[in-house]
Amino acid sequence: MRLVLDWIDDRTGYRRLLRAALVEAIPGGAKWRYVWGSTLTFAVVVQFITGLALWASYSPNAQGAWESVYYIENVMAGGWLLRGIHHYMAHATMILLVLHLMQIVVAGAYKAPREVNFWFGLALLFIVLGLSLTGYLLPWDQQGYWATKVATSIASITPFVGPALQEALIGGADYGHLTLTRFFALHAGVLPGALIVLIAGHVFLFRRHGVTTGERPAGARDGGNPDGQFWPDQALRDAVACLAVMAAVLYLVIRTGGAPLGAPADASEPYAAARPEWYFMFLFQWLTYFPAETEILGAIVIPGLVVTLIALMPFAGRWRLGHRFNLGFTGTILAGVGLLTWLAYAQDRADPEFVAAQHRAEAAAERIVELARGPDGIPPSGALTLLRNDPLTQGPQLFADRCASCHSYDGHDGLGNELAEARTAADLKGFASREWLTGLLDPEQIATPRYFGGTDFARGRMVRMVQSRIAGFDAAQRDDLAKVVKALSAEAALPQQATLDEADRDEIAEGAALLASESIGCTECHEWRGAFEQSLGPVLTGFGSREWLTGFIGDASHPRFYGDSNDRMPAFGPDEILSEAEIGLLVGWLRGEW
Amino acid sequence: MSEKPQAAAEPQVAEEGSSGTAPAPAPRRGFLAGMGAIAAGGLAFLAPVWSGIRAALEPLERPPQDTDLVPVAKLAAVPDDGVPHKFRVVMDRVDAWNTHRQLPVGAVYLRRTGDSVEALNVVCPHAGCFVNVAADRSRFVCPCHKSSFDLSGAVNDPASPSPRDMDTLDVEIRDDEVWVRFQNFLPGRAEKEPVA
Ligand code: FES
Repeated sequence: MRLVLDWIDDRTGYRRLLRAALVEAIPGGAKWRYVWGSTLTFAVVVQFITGLALWASYSPNAQGAWESVYYIENVMAGGWLLRGIHHYMAHATMILLVLHLMQIVVAGAYKAPREVNFWFGLALLFIVLGLSLTGYLLPWDQQGYWATKVATSIASITPFVGPALQEALIGGADYGHLTLTRFFALHAGVLPGALIVLIAGHVFLFRRHGVTTGERPAGARDGGNPDGQFWPDQALRDAVACLAVMAAVLYLVIRTGGAPLGAPADASEPYAAARPEWYFMFLFQWLTYFPAETEILGAIVIPGLVVTLIALMPFAGRWRLGHRFNLGFTGTILAGVGLLTWLAYAQDRADPEFVAAQHRAEAAAERIVELARGPDGIPPSGALTLLRNDPLTQGPQLFADRCASCHSYDGHDGLGNELAEARTAADLKGFASREWLTGLLDPEQIATPRYFGGTDFARGRMVRMVQSRIAGFDAAQRDDLAKVVKALSAEAALPQQATLDEADRDEIAEGAALLASESIGCTECHEWRGAFEQSLGPVLTGFGSREWLTGFIGDASHPRFYGDSNDRMPAFGPDEILSEAEIGLLVGWLRGEW
Repeated sequence: MSEKPQAAAEPQVAEEGSSGTAPAPAPRRGFLAGMGAIAAGGLAFLAPVWSGIRAALEPLERPPQDTDLVPVAKLAAVPDDGVPHKFRVVMDRVDAWNTHRQLPVGAVYLRRTGDSVEALNVVCPHAGCFVNVAADRSRFVCPCHKSSFDLSGAVNDPASPSPRDMDTLDVEIRDDEVWVRFQNFLPGRAEKEPVA
């Protein structure tokens, strides 16, 4: 062994290199406060390792990026852990970098001869920010898509080159394949390359200048401590610190279940929860204070000035007063950033529309995973196709858009937004379910806004019938009515009620027979299994079934339904207000079929 | 503390030593050789660097995609209530190496009063977010930086970050259909400039 190593050393001289790397004198001995640089390097190395592994499974294209990240996250063994580490280590890198820079400013370590190294550090900060920005888009989910649009829009207001810069960055006029390939090239090639060069330069300069022990005259010894060496004293402390960083990251990954992945990006789909990563939130909030054309001040001029001032700190720091100014300036900026961040989150939390949008985003994220795991899987056209054909996703939107001006759904507009006033037409949550029908036939409820309260039917025969005849029912008749409800509800064959319908088969049969009886009297106005006297109300055969509901939404004025007595319900089908597919999605959603 | 630690100084000394032992060329010849090396080396890199830059800037040279009107909705599907309703814009779209037939590429708000229809792009002129109709349907609000617009798309709050009103689009009613010229516009400036 020894011989082999000797031979290798003879041919390569690795021992001298190793010694050069490890035997670094540390004036005043090893210290915990010298660990930050090493933890940062560690974080970067972790990003390289996990990044390369992610790269091996990632596909940068508009119909494949989300899908491949879904695959990594939900199918690949340990993929969620891998991606989780990459995600949270990015946060850790940000924090460590800012801590490191703060430490340098506080210690005055940016002063001569270390100015250049301070700038290297600053440049590193921007590269890390760039990595974070480009990485945020790569999963191609709604969150990354819309948040990144804000960032590239800001790039486009850069004086002179703005529009060209934006176009070159996103690879065209619009987001698409080339946006992903370009962002990926930046994220995995250009920026990491620059990072390596800068870190190498930074470490080289650091070795050249040695650690900063503080404002002591050269040669003074720290509390009489003897000089230490990097290996093994400082190395041990560094390693322990790196382990602690890793433990913190792992804790976050496991606690949160990994990095988030929203629903796939869709330019035609509103996304009201668009927010950048938390360390960009202050900028996001900052922009709200710059009306109209002052945006350039907030987005470019002021940040540019702040960065210039920071870059000039080494010169200002030559004077005692200048150093104080630098400290104050850094403190002010950090306080400002903290305040803006806090304001941003506080305002969002207090905004019901934002909270609702966030819930919708989470629901959509869960839903798409369910669909992708479903029997059909993800088609080559991408996961968006799944969402666009999904009643649970499209139903609420269609409802909010086309129905909620008259109807409510569980008191809201279908999307979870509270309605300022009650709607004129019925609340359709649980339509045709036992519970819904029981309420309809309840004299107390039928004329409330939940059912016919706001419509012409409030003064119609149905309401009168319920309020006079049913109100007078005795206990036996009430029992019969309950069976009728079960029978009628069974017509809908609602998936959620399948087990109940199955269990109550006998009662349902009884109810079906009772429905036609005179004591209940439904068939005086409604068709039921071919029996009715006058066709006044909607047919009850197949009430609430897919076929019935499709027909009803299509055209409520059809003689099968309200005929001439229809009150304001548009003919969505014949008038082509809704396409067949859209009606199908609405029906599927209302019936709970997904 | 500007002393150089020993460890870092060592390799440097070694390098200087090795170059120092090489025989020095005659000054004039050395100068010419140096210039030659720089020129030849630079030339060798010219083609790759140039073609790389060309490729990076290629999107700037691409001809703009066509902006013909496309059908967006049946007229009857736009309620005659003066309130904006959202419609997907589905059209053919070339995305680099793919040609998509009937791809949802964005959305518009259509607002109908009688038989006239106005169309607004849903994209916020501030920084590109998807503008929402407020829950009470009285105005538009952008969920990002809270720009506020009235139902015709005009900025209605001077504190709005948006530099201009929401972008109107050309509309035509053909038979019973609403056709719209779907375009996106550069964000963050007062004038409405279509993205190329
Ligand atoms: S993107 Fe709409 S306000 Fe900023």
